[in-house]
Amino acid sequence: MSDLTRLTAAETASAIASREVSAVEVAQAHLDRIAKVDGQVHAFLHVDAEGALAQARRVDDGELSGPLAGVPLALKDVLCQQDIPTTVGSKILEGWRPPYDATVTARLKAAGVVILGKTNMDEFAMGSSTEHSAYGPTHNPWDLTRIPGGSGGGSSAALASYQAPLAIGTDTGGSIRQPASVTGTVGVKPTYGGVSRYGLVAFSSSLDQAGPCARTVLDAALLHEVIAGYDPRDSTSINQPVPPVVAAARSGEVKGLRIGVVKELTGDGYEEGVQQRFDEAVAILQSLGAIVTEVSCPHFSYALTAYYLIAPSEASSNLARFDAVRYGLRVGDDGERSLEEVTALTRGQGFGAEVKRRIILGTYALSSGYYDAYYGQAQKVRTLITRDFQKAWESVDVLVAPTCPTVAFPLGAKLEDPLAMYKQDICSIPSNLYGGPAASFPAGLSEGLPVGLQVMAPTLREDLLYQVGAALERALPAAVPPLAWEN
Amino acid sequence: MTAIPYAEALAEFEPVIGLETHVELGTASKMFCGCATEFGAEPNTQTCPVCLGLPGALPVVNETAIESTIRIGLALHCDIATWCRFARKNYFYPDMPKNFQTSQYDEPLCTDGYLDVQVKGETVRIPIERVHLEEDTGKSLHVGGATGRIHGASHSLVDYNRAGIPLVEIVTKPVTGTGAMPAEVAKAYVTELRDVLRGLGVSDVKMEQGSMRCDVNVSLNKPGQEWGTRSETKNVNSLRSVERAVRSEVERQAYVLREGGRIVQETRHFHEDTGMSTSGRSKEEATDYRNFPEPDLVPIAPDVAWVASLRAALPEAPSVRRRKLVEELGLSENDSEAMVNAGVLDVVLATVAAGASAAEARNWWLGHLAQSANAAGVDAPDLPITPAQVAEVAALVASGSLNAGLARQVVDGVLAGEGSPAEVVAARGLAIVKDEGALSAAVEAAIAADPGAAQKVRDGKVAAVGALVGSVMKATRGQADAGMARALLLEKLGVSE
Amino acid sequence: MPEAGRPTIGREEVAHLARLSRLALDDSELDRLAGQLDVILGAVAQISEVSAADVPPTSHAVPLENVTRPDVVMPSLTPAQALSGAPSEEDGRFRVPRILDEE
Ligand SMILES: [Mg+2]
Ligand SMILES: [Zn+2]
Repeated sequence: MSDLTRLTAAETASAIASREVSAVEVAQAHLDRIAKVDGQVHAFLHVDAEGALAQARRVDDGELSGPLAGVPLALKDVLCQQDIPTTVGSKILEGWRPPYDATVTARLKAAGVVILGKTNMDEFAMGSSTEHSAYGPTHNPWDLTRIPGGSGGGSSAALASYQAPLAIGTDTGGSIRQPASVTGTVGVKPTYGGVSRYGLVAFSSSLDQAGPCARTVLDAALLHEVIAGYDPRDSTSINQPVPPVVAAARSGEVKGLRIGVVKELTGDGYEEGVQQRFDEAVAILQSLGAIVTEVSCPHFSYALTAYYLIAPSEASSNLARFDAVRYGLRVGDDGERSLEEVTALTRGQGFGAEVKRRIILGTYALSSGYYDAYYGQAQKVRTLITRDFQKAWESVDVLVAPTCPTVAFPLGAKLEDPLAMYKQDICSIPSNLYGGPAASFPAGLSEGLPVGLQVMAPTLREDLLYQVGAALERALPAAVPPLAWEN
Repeated sequence: MTAIPYAEALAEFEPVIGLETHVELGTASKMFCGCATEFGAEPNTQTCPVCLGLPGALPVVNETAIESTIRIGLALHCDIATWCRFARKNYFYPDMPKNFQTSQYDEPLCTDGYLDVQVKGETVRIPIERVHLEEDTGKSLHVGGATGRIHGASHSLVDYNRAGIPLVEIVTKPVTGTGAMPAEVAKAYVTELRDVLRGLGVSDVKMEQGSMRCDVNVSLNKPGQEWGTRSETKNVNSLRSVERAVRSEVERQAYVLREGGRIVQETRHFHEDTGMSTSGRSKEEATDYRNFPEPDLVPIAPDVAWVASLRAALPEAPSVRRRKLVEELGLSENDSEAMVNAGVLDVVLATVAAGASAAEARNWWLGHLAQSANAAGVDAPDLPITPAQVAEVAALVASGSLNAGLARQVVDGVLAGEGSPAEVVAARGLAIVKDEGALSAAVEAAIAADPGAAQKVRDGKVAAVGALVGSVMKATRGQADAGMARALLLEKLGVSE
Repeated sequence: MPEAGRPTIGREEVAHLARLSRLALDDSELDRLAGQLDVILGAVAQISEVSAADVPPTSHAVPLENVTRPDVVMPSLTPAQALSGAPSEEDGRFRVPRILDEE
């Protein structure tokens, strides 16, 4: 076998199933690759070599099987894995080893997927560059001086640098799609309720959704089928069959598919190269038989604003549990200070600047006197955005837009300007507020850096995303990172 | 503390009271997770990621808790919501693992009901504002300070076994017009509520174990003037304390007002030992709870037909059962009130249903069993004897197999865990001895032991036979059939009546 | 630049919010946060432009109702697991510094 780290997940699984290669060899090849390149990329916060090899052995011994058995995966550090450090990119959880598995983690394990380790992320998934990690930034494999996107930059960078063929991300406002866009990989945010949130450390409960990340559309679909489906531990989990995503990824048929280009997601702030690649991708889909029209979603212009009220509000409540009592960091317990002081000191020192900003913002938006004007009004706007989607579905099957207005920007460029950073998610947020699925697929390069096409679909119609993604993937040359920094 | 005597205070001021009662539901598992709810388990043995608030854990609603809450609402004549959501009430407290309480804020399951209570022969209608569902907190042990109080402690130890147990909060509207008896009305309301809840079987309502707890609001105003500022006394954890808390607060507030002071809106803490309350957090610095709909739980929309079926299956209200006691069973109003106060109404009715006469049931539950409960420091219904077993003992007495003294011994045996009444009778050999042969030896012995008494009887002073019967009973450890012993004695002494 | 009609946020208010959310912030952090929050609030105040008086709010993205579980006891963690992350423990309980206020 040639370089095992360059195979797709589908190829790897079939090579293992046919015993051309052992799962242990595949795992070891990826662990070696991590040892070689992750010093420069910093995609992983924790590598579990022992656990990965043990799981690979179980696959080789025939204890575990399935379409992805033996395939290595990088798990975003926001998902609990029993006895493995889970930090959420925060100092406040440094060293915490959960006594339980997230449902996603449990499903991966049961499917024979080999979890290599936990990937870097913006602290508590709050960010678009992975620079807000308490453990240092991740570097974009396309250009190490640039951001890999965020919050799931570790997962996308692991894929783009061939440290893993599969990864799990989570997407609250674009944290799967924007990293996929800027690293030339595939990232899918499933329908809210499509993948269990049990064991996903909450940022914004009504928006968070875990999903598959991969280098190919079929790989993402195969992973999607493993992690998706009803979970009685998550009250917001949808008790309906998972859409036929693998079949859709294999078909890639878009003939007659009605595609709506969102009128509001273009214009000022969208880089020229990004806009060009987007227009070309839409033209390709049209040439393949899709029917393209322009659709107006007037309230999408308010999505970013609504998001920056709803998400911080929920976060301010979700993050209250980090209080130095049951787990995590404790600062200043000198026998004199009260619990109140110790909790405040711990949170003051354990949370980074972005997390504190959002806690304060959310506390403000929920406080009496401001609730109706901020949180309440944002939830009404959420309704209007949902109505925009529903109206669109009367005339089109899917909506498309750039995933992100820019290509990967240099590390540090937006760190001191929160608003500029927030605008990275301007195209991805509407689907989070609505709850429907959305994905980013590679759409070529601008100045040597990847550009993503975003596809948005109605609730539980993930199959449409994979159809469009597969069509585009076949029509475009593969985006292969130069990795010039290697050696 | 300085105070004005209760009656004097109420002659000068009109009271407005309000009660918030928290009741732990008797579900097998917690509100949002599958952990057990056993009282008194080793610390932190009934905890999981959900009720410890571990990162990533999510709640799922216990359907029995919803059903119980609706049944409580129906029993209190409330409207049942057709759609409602849980909310998060955000504040920091170490007993509360997520630092928010999942509760119901402006969308409670049940609203706008009432409960009628009897006080000194008068019916007082207590209006109910809401009945909502939430989760209990864990428990802290305060170490290093005096008397285990939080104040002065060096540190605290937290046990989360109780965290997440379903808790129903029943809130009255302000109760006016209680005149000279606000404390009595408060106590009667909590007593009646406890009986309603016990009748529904939704909670064990043990105030001493904390499964039922009260917060008491009191304000005073001059007649014809606006309501005064209220205080909220927390921690009121016995029926007696409910009365004492209202009484002491009326007396305290009356003093403050008469002296020209003003009442601060505050939380006060009731101390069981002194019967007094002390000032706690002032509401003027009240926290902003930032309530918002709980995104991790979806709305509850009780099905109308289901609610109707729950309504149809409600047990009789205690007031109805009380009337039954009086009207059908012929017990006195006094008896029925005594039973309500002792909390034995249901067990009395169950004992009658199991075959005992009303008088027997009354005598047992207000007599020997009430004393046993008192001695054991529990409520009589919680004694380890069932109404059916009490009826069984009563039947043995009625059939002549047991006399009163033996029956008490049998009951004591059941209470001591020796088995059913039949088993205790067998094991202790407690049946009445009716066998003539077996008794005649004792009769002979009694006559021989007390020749004086025997002679008196022979001389026609028949009443003197009592002493001899007594020694026969003593010799047989109470097992002799007293009537038969008497007849045998008279026969032996050649006397006929 | 704060627009008219929008409450601006100052250092004092940030300090109040920090107390509510139990965050110890030093003076320079308070100053920086106040400045940033004012800018962010200036931007999100745009939400008030949307006329939505008769629009119902969306609290949940999926229209599910009545999701419950049967009242069945499931295994708990072991006490060792429950306490495994505790910064401090004593006698099977979570040990915390002295508590100031009673709720
Ligand atoms: Mg409450
Ligand atoms: Zn639990």
